[in-house]
Amino acid sequence: MALYEHVFIARQDITASQVESITADFSKIIEENDGKIAKNEYWGLKNLAYKIKKNRKGHYVLLNIDAPHAAIAEMERQARLHEDVMRFMTIRVDEHEAGQSIVLRSKADRDRRPARGERAPRKEFN
Amino acid sequence: MAAGRPFFRRRKTCPFSGDNAQKIDYKDVKLLQKYVSERGKIVPSRITAVSAKKQRELAKAIKRARNVALLPFIVQ
Repeated sequence: MALYEHVFIARQDITASQVESITADFSKIIEENDGKIAKNEYWGLKNLAYKIKKNRKGHYVLLNIDAPHAAIAEMERQARLHEDVMRFMTIRVDEHEAGQSIVLRSKADRDRRPARGERAPRKEFN
Repeated sequence: MAAGRPFFRRRKTCPFSGDNAQKIDYKDVKLLQKYVSERGKIVPSRITAVSAKKQRELAKAIKRARNVALLPFIVQ
């Protein structure tokens, strides 16, 4: 089976538990088509870089999937029909990242040191 | 290089090659942001000294990040 990373963005005005139920729905579709979910990560309500369907924010969820193509195709079909899913992207990867993805790691960093704006990150070039 | 030139410019090396190089990942917004201009355009590799191979990878990562609204297509 192939390894995939699937990111989807849900509408901003649904609750975190609704997001969880969407994730559960997708996981069920994958598992019914004999795939499995290696990891699921909820990144929280994040600001979008640009507006999507008049939303400025969205709930981000990352799924690491090990499944045959048919399962992915079915999940994407459902995602397209789903009203609360604004956008999704599935990417084939060679290997899954162990542990948390960079998004959650940098979030943990920020929470650990609350002192903000001490020094701007230096640019590497120029 | 730079014999007789008034100033000497150090040869920059690719930040993604060699050991302890960072991995290019479309989810790593902080890293990708260093390689887009203020307007949101991808910075050419002649300025950032990223190798051609890694620049292709980087461009792909930036485009993926744009698709999931982690990076803007344009900044007005």
